[in-house]
Amino acid sequence: MLQFILRRLLLAIPVLFAVLTVSFFLVRLAPGSPFAEERAYPAAVIAKLNEKYGLNKPLPEQYLNYMNRVILHADLGPSTRYPDRNVSDVIVQGLPNSMILGATAYLIALVLGMGAGIIAALRQNSGVDYGAMAAAVLGVSIPNFVLGPLLVIGLSLSLYWLPPARWGDFSHLILPAFTLSALYTAYIARLTRSGLVEVLRSDYIRTARAKGLRESVVLFRHALRGSILPVVSYSGPALAFLLGGTIVVEKLFLIPGLGNFFIEAANARDCFIVVGVTLVVAVMLLVFNLIVDIIYALIDPRIAYK
Amino acid sequence: MQTPVEPAIDVKVDSFELVEGTSLWKDAWRRLLKNKLAVASAIVLSIVLVAVIIGPLISPYTYDQTNPDAVYMPPSAAHWFGTDQLGRDILVRTLVGGRISLLVGAVASIVSLVIGVSYGAISGYIGGKTDEVMMRIVDILYSLPDIFLIIVLLAFFSKDLIILFAMLGAISWLTMARIVRGQVLSLKNREFVEAARSIGVSTPQIIFRHLVPNALGPVIVYTTLTIPSVMLTEAFLSFLGLGVQPPLSSWGTLVQEGVGAISVYPWHLIFPGTMMAGTLFCLNFLGDGLRDALDPQSRAD
Repeated sequence: MLQFILRRLLLAIPVLFAVLTVSFFLVRLAPGSPFAEERAYPAAVIAKLNEKYGLNKPLPEQYLNYMNRVILHADLGPSTRYPDRNVSDVIVQGLPNSMILGATAYLIALVLGMGAGIIAALRQNSGVDYGAMAAAVLGVSIPNFVLGPLLVIGLSLSLYWLPPARWGDFSHLILPAFTLSALYTAYIARLTRSGLVEVLRSDYIRTARAKGLRESVVLFRHALRGSILPVVSYSGPALAFLLGGTIVVEKLFLIPGLGNFFIEAANARDCFIVVGVTLVVAVMLLVFNLIVDIIYALIDPRIAYK
Repeated sequence: MQTPVEPAIDVKVDSFELVEGTSLWKDAWRRLLKNKLAVASAIVLSIVLVAVIIGPLISPYTYDQTNPDAVYMPPSAAHWFGTDQLGRDILVRTLVGGRISLLVGAVASIVSLVIGVSYGAISGYIGGKTDEVMMRIVDILYSLPDIFLIIVLLAFFSKDLIILFAMLGAISWLTMARIVRGQVLSLKNREFVEAARSIGVSTPQIIFRHLVPNALGPVIVYTTLTIPSVMLTEAFLSFLGLGVQPPLSSWGTLVQEGVGAISVYPWHLIFPGTMMAGTLFCLNFLGDGLRDALDPQSRAD
């Protein structure tokens, strides 16, 4: 197990290296400059700015400087979009908001999705089952940027129950979290249902029932454990993207999260923020996929890692 | 097949295999037709397809025709879906947007078919070190935060339709490669492959004539499910202003314009939004129906 984790961590190094390199060159090779704004600066000012951020040097040197700074000094560089902050400040400011929103949305998706999936599997081919699964397909089909505004019209602009946007107390969290969770709820419901339906027909469940276990014990101790694996493996990448800043929902509800900073920075050609945020998301993706694999082994003792 | 010099026994075996081959697909077809939701979805999708192709041709308006006297008109006999902030007809813009959205889905699924199927089949069949290297490459590409990279590309280079199409295609083949590789791994030691190898069929021939056709079921299913997910990604990029550029429309840009006017002119969001969600809904249902039909075990009922 430990060997497996070490191997995966080792494999993560080239991936992160590739992420940094690819995104750095994409951003720096692209036409346009971070300082080309509506009000054109005089050439001398732009030259001075380029010099300040080290963007006047040849590209290979810029790349080496940047990698050197990131790897040896754990410094993600300055921000050209927000001159009073550096990239680490922006991440420290945005990431917690994104994580609160993403974690809430994931919890909603887990509870609603698994609940609906279990009920549908237990009442297989009934009206409840078809209803739940049709709702799940609907959840996959409605883009969150359609669902969000519809919820805003209904719950804030007509009924005045919840604030339509901004970020502050708990009431601001509800609408965006539900908007964000719809897609994930739908997927988790479908995965839970199909996994559980298959497990419920297997021999060991028949054995469990035959020896007279209560149905609730059969379901929660035996069946659910065997059917939850697809949900676990789906949760890795899902959590990484949920916690790493969900661009559309943050933009819709004006939430100062990582996704919002990223899109602002991309439009303002702030290369350091763009590369930095991409790196953060890649790290989260690797970490959550690793956690998922470890949880896999804990749930299913048949899985062994070499 | 009708060469008289061939011995009779060969013809018999040949025709026997033929019957079995068709009956698998016939079975699947029969199961699909029994699934009312899937059939209804296929019909709705055909109507949408015909509408987006023919609709803009017979409409009295064009997608970029503005009319300052008819700004934000509610739905009426002249403008069935109403008009937008420049007096453009929303119906024709929705149909033209549908062309783009469906085209994106089609292009991405073709790319995922061509690259994903070949890559996965070759990797699985050759095996060994080659397989190891090819799959590590897929693993690394999987770990890249693709959406972030696409946004960087579109925001920094140009908001070109070609780049958009190529990028969406480029990310859509990874899962396909994994699926096909798994199928090929389970097929490549079967007798019919051994038979083909023993009579000297070349490796490319074995891969593309014998292995790939046998892995077609999961490929078809995954393709039908790729189309809606790519369409959703395109809509999402257009919503962020990075995809299709005005005056051209896609469902994403229309919804984005609609969101801005949501409380006062709700039809601006509701018509394109419903059209898009409905199409995705039908594609997902058709994909589920195909999976149930082609792989009855996966349905588990």
